[in-house]
Amino acid sequence: MVEERGIEVAGLVREFKGGIRAVDGIDLQVAAGEIYGFLGPNGAGKSTTVKVLTTLLPPTAGHATVAGFDVSKDGASVRAAIGVALQEVALDPMLTGREHMKLQGGLQGIPRAQRAMRGDELLARVGLSNAADRKSSTYSGGMKRRLDLALALLHGPRILFLDEPTTGLDVQSRTALWEEVERLAREEGTTVFLTTQYLEEADVLADRVGIIDRGRIVAEGTPDALKAGVSKPTVELVPHESEDCGSARTVLAPFGELVPEKRAGSVAVRLNNGGDQLTEIVRALDRAGVAIAHLALHEPTLDDVFLAKTGRSLEGAAEQPTDEAAPPSGNRGAPERVPA
Amino acid sequence: MTAATATGSSTLTQVGLLAGRAVSHVLRQPAQLIFPIAFPLVLLGVNSSGLDAATRLPGFPAGSYLDFALAIPFMQGALFAALNGGQDLARDIQNGFLDRLALTPMSGGALLAGQLGGALFMGIVSAVLYLVVGVLFGVGIASGVAGALVLLLLAIAISFAFACFGTFVALRAGSGEAVQGFFPLFFVLLFLSSAFFPRDLIEHDWFRTVATYNPVSYMVEGIRSLVITGWDGQALAQAFGISAIAIVLFLVLSSRALRTRLLRT
Repeated sequence: MVEERGIEVAGLVREFKGGIRAVDGIDLQVAAGEIYGFLGPNGAGKSTTVKVLTTLLPPTAGHATVAGFDVSKDGASVRAAIGVALQEVALDPMLTGREHMKLQGGLQGIPRAQRAMRGDELLARVGLSNAADRKSSTYSGGMKRRLDLALALLHGPRILFLDEPTTGLDVQSRTALWEEVERLAREEGTTVFLTTQYLEEADVLADRVGIIDRGRIVAEGTPDALKAGVSKPTVELVPHESEDCGSARTVLAPFGELVPEKRAGSVAVRLNNGGDQLTEIVRALDRAGVAIAHLALHEPTLDDVFLAKTGRSLEGAAEQPTDEAAPPSGNRGAPERVPA
Repeated sequence: MTAATATGSSTLTQVGLLAGRAVSHVLRQPAQLIFPIAFPLVLLGVNSSGLDAATRLPGFPAGSYLDFALAIPFMQGALFAALNGGQDLARDIQNGFLDRLALTPMSGGALLAGQLGGALFMGIVSAVLYLVVGVLFGVGIASGVAGALVLLLLAIAISFAFACFGTFVALRAGSGEAVQGFFPLFFVLLFLSSAFFPRDLIEHDWFRTVATYNPVSYMVEGIRSLVITGWDGQALAQAFGISAIAIVLFLVLSSRALRTRLLRT
């Protein structure tokens, strides 16, 4: 049996005219069957990485293999092994959904006898059977994304690249696409390399996440490990009576480190031993006679990870002026790799 | 779920699929089919009515201006087909469809051939139509039935040459606007050729000189010779020769532009 291979990248660099390094020496490994989330703001280098790994752009330096094939030397073998849905949904507005499948199937070399059946199956799977004979120009954004995904899956790829697949989709379409990606990985063993700028998407879908900023991976690991690595959950409570704030602080102090409150009349503590202490905290407050008006447990997010690694929040990071050619500075050094 | 068995498609299959797509583009956009065919015919009608008096000039080579001017629609139709084909290709580049194609085993040659197949289809349809309309309105083909077939062949070659140019501009510039921006130049070239008046009857020296060095003149004169002269070996050799040179030149340039455009490894 042939061993399934995922993605292996070492020191990958992609430089554009003017010396701009969109990808600035990244290393990553994606195991076969894994969903790898590549998270970062706009302009971080996600799409350029995808274009290099899918053979659409040659790397300037470094080495990458996809499904065991070198992206620089064996592009045709890489392309045969992968399915790709790029950031911009690339459809022919004049062709129907079914005609897209026919064209793609023919170019992929799927035998004529299988082509129509396979196309119809995939159109049904992505919920486009009823729209199969309509021109793609009449499709909604979500329908176009689903057709794009069906086209990427047509030749049964072992590795699927999805470049910001849910950007611009409504919640329903986004959830449906997540379910399909999850199913592909869990049931069919497809390796998925997914870029996203949505924290929730990486958190929900990815087995492991690589956080990229200005062409460099700044952190990598499972979402839980990454979050645990930068911060612990915080309990924030608002006493029913504001004069109980002092008592609440005294009660909470043994559970962790008191942190500045986010709003007036609240008390917050970063828990030493995680969210498991919540029951104990409530009991202690009750014993001390502190009535609680509001209590919340704040888990760290991947944004906290991004903030810790780059000094910026992921949401809005793209709006800040970035100089992709700038040398790394501050905590943009070697990425932290957190074991799963 | 049925597993797909990709065995790799032959270049011929790829060309067929891409040419079929290009043809369906033409058929599904009435403006791409009707306007390029109707406009040259309307212009032919207007010119042949208004300029018929020109045939009374001493030395004018034809008895009717319609006979003389029938070559013009072939040139205009070729230009429109090239413009539309180029714009379609530019749109593929702009909306990322070319990347989708590049991710399949499609060869660059198949892409070019498929793309040009659509333009060739338009060239054949419009050339046949212009000839039929001309004959129906009384144009006599001096070189006979065989000449009419050669005329069609030449018109298709000219159309193909222009299509190669449109493909090159689309691949080089990657924008539909750039393709569109280039084509007024060709209309100027057409007007500065012998399309509307015989070269030896052009009064102004500069115009005659430009028309003499303008390759479009020789393409027009090749078609015209079959209609009004009969078999003129020199005119045909020049027209086919210039078309062949243009085809080879712009195919080579298009291949290079495609290689630059498709950076895939």
